Amino acid sequence: MFDTGQVRELELLGRRVSPASLAGEHLLPVAPALARLTPRGGLQRGSVVAVQGPGATSLALGLIAGPSAAGSWVVGVGTPEVGLLAAAELGVDLERLVMVDAPPRDQWATVVAAVADAFDVVVVRHRSPVKPGDARRLTARVRERGGILVQLPGRSRAWPDAPDLALTLSDPVWRGVAADAPGAGRLRARLVQVTVDGRRAAARGRTASLWLPGPDGEIALARDFPGLGAGHGRPEVPETVLGQVG
Amino acid sequence: MTERAERTLVAWCPDWPVVAAGVPLDQPAIVVHANRVVACSPAAREEGVVEGLRRREAQGRCPQAELLAHDPARDARAFEPAVASLDVLCPRVEITRPGSCALATRGPSRYHGGDEALAEKVGAVLAGVLKDGPGAQHQARPSESVVRVGIADGMLAATAAARKARPDAPVVVPPGASGPFLAPWPVTVLVEAAIAEVAGLPDDRISEIADVLRQLGLRTFGALAEVPAADVLARFGREGAALHRLARGLDARPLAARHPAPDLAATVELDPPVERVDTAAFVAVGLADELHRTLGSRGLACTRVAVVAETEHGESLERCWRHEGTLGAAAVAERVRWQLDGWLSGSAATRPTAGITQLTLRPEEVVAARGRQLGFWGGETLLDERAGRALARVAGLLGAEAVRVPELRGGRGPGEQLTMVPSMAVDLVESRPAARPGWVTEPWPGRLPAPAPALVHAEPVTVELLDAAGGPVGVSGRGDITAGPDLLVTVAGSQRIAAWAGPWPADERWWDPDGHRRRARLQVVTGDGAAHLLALEGGRWHIEATYD
Repeated sequence: MFDTGQVRELELLGRRVSPASLAGEHLLPVAPALARLTPRGGLQRGSVVAVQGPGATSLALGLIAGPSAAGSWVVGVGTPEVGLLAAAELGVDLERLVMVDAPPRDQWATVVAAVADAFDVVVVRHRSPVKPGDARRLTARVRERGGILVQLPGRSRAWPDAPDLALTLSDPVWRGVAADAPGAGRLRARLVQVTVDGRRAAARGRTASLWLPGPDGEIALARDFPGLGAGHGRPEVPETVLGQVG
Repeated sequence: MTERAERTLVAWCPDWPVVAAGVPLDQPAIVVHANRVVACSPAAREEGVVEGLRRREAQGRCPQAELLAHDPARDARAFEPAVASLDVLCPRVEITRPGSCALATRGPSRYHGGDEALAEKVGAVLAGVLKDGPGAQHQARPSESVVRVGIADGMLAATAAARKARPDAPVVVPPGASGPFLAPWPVTVLVEAAIAEVAGLPDDRISEIADVLRQLGLRTFGALAEVPAADVLARFGREGAALHRLARGLDARPLAARHPAPDLAATVELDPPVERVDTAAFVAVGLADELHRTLGSRGLACTRVAVVAETEHGESLERCWRHEGTLGAAAVAERVRWQLDGWLSGSAATRPTAGITQLTLRPEEVVAARGRQLGFWGGETLLDERAGRALARVAGLLGAEAVRVPELRGGRGPGEQLTMVPSMAVDLVESRPAARPGWVTEPWPGRLPAPAPALVHAEPVTVELLDAAGGPVGVSGRGDITAGPDLLVTVAGSQRIAAWAGPWPADERWWDPDGHRRRARLQVVTGDGAAHLLALEGGRWHIEATYD
């Protein structure tokens, strides 16, 4: 139909008339607090993101809230236990969220590849090891399409490669309930330590204190609420700052 | 079964303003309003006077005619005794205008021995009253009744029937024959009656439509009725659709939305019973077409349809399919296919034991067909085509029920406030308000406040909750905890409880013996910093959700 020369010419023409590629186009937006944790202030398109530790699900929901609010569709494959009410509270647009039941083991790669082809954000939880060949193909598919693959904590070492961005949470402290006030209050806010790790441009070993969620229901860096954020252990002033709970 | 207008009797006294003025009908008389003839006696009509004529012209044609002032109040006053006299036959008589009244015949007709008998009785009663009424003393032939009675389906057809009736011979149009009966009548008559009947529709708009209809060459009811309802609706809007319904012998007011009559359902008996999905789907296409035609002929569209399949052994599967847009015939057929596919090729436990013998499509919610307005600048591309194809592919691999989207609903627990809907059952291209925060506006007392747990366990994990002394922790009938919880024992091990809050008791659906649930919820933070939502039900604690 076309000879290769014509195709080359068309390609060159296409490159000439296309607008310059901006760095921002390669990033999916995230909430401001999380932008400061991610290497380039957003989620790199075509990357694999893994979250681990206590609060990992909330952090994953917080991460995908940005792209979701910006109009990206989100699909969860085999993640029926994710609390979608929490997702909505953290900013995920439920109108652009699809949940797919866990596929049988032999169809897992096919299904994830099918949705990765069309969705910006794919959330998975590994229940069984992924074959290295499947993992390579999926990574390539995600990179080519420019989406992100978010891995919730699941079976350890299920994914053969290291993720592009790994966020590990530790030391959760809940506010709103206290040991010396049994039965009073309710869970309101949680402070966690997050360690950022990853390949290439990911800033290795960066740590931060994160409200997940904060007293206002949003994810924030601990320094945004200094009066509440200092130190670990017992809350200094939770009930007075957060208001008496009825 | 098709829709039919309410069976109506219309009693009509021709030239009522003349009669009410006390002028004998064999005397030439004209009633004039705003320099135009609004009514005239038969004697004047014989001289060439018609309604709508200028006064000067009418007087030119019939110089000896008595000139009467137009006085609606007089007309109504004179008609009142006639209407009152009908009370002995039927309690609810409606005056459509002076000189014409209507009543629903369903009950009275049965009581008086049929439509004909009722028509005769009404005619006789009215004639008896009018004999003594205004103008009777001058009547040259008092034996001849001035009342004409017609019975038909719908107000308009009954009016037309009354016009066609002879004073001594009422016209009764058989049930269901109103459309054909009306067909040869000119549209102008329709419009005149429509203005009287379709209260709430602007008169000028109706006349305007009548003008256009005449210019279009649609001069009779029959010609108008032959135009598809949807086209009339598209060209003339609501009023046009009402006129079209009238032309077909139906009532002007269409069915209210969300209240479809049961006869809208389309049912097909399958003999021999169908065991294969593709055969059933083939039948479903025809059935969906039928349903679509039925709805379309009323200018309706379906937004929710229930598909009911029954087998030889009496098993039945009913599922409701909803669509934010409207369900076309193809879309309905597709949903039938999905549903039967899941049923007939499901696991042995759920599969029916015999072939399907009956298939019913029942519209659960209908709206006026407005046509579907597509977005101009990418309004349609909320979900791009590629994602739609990917979901269809996954649904093909895993089954339509495996791909679902969330919708909000009322509830107290974290898992109860959402429901998952098969993505094929909703239109992902359109915006879905049910998935937006704020969709649930009703208060749910006892609902857990934010933040919501990020992990909601599909199967609640049974645990034990012990107090410091090692005894079980319970919640009293008054909603108080019996002892401070100290240890959470799970299958994986035990965790000390660092802090806790609650309990929040919930006594749900206490009026419903099957759905009644009595629960108490408790938030606990364990020694490692993890927080769980525990629920006590039937004396056992479960981890309902985890604040992960």
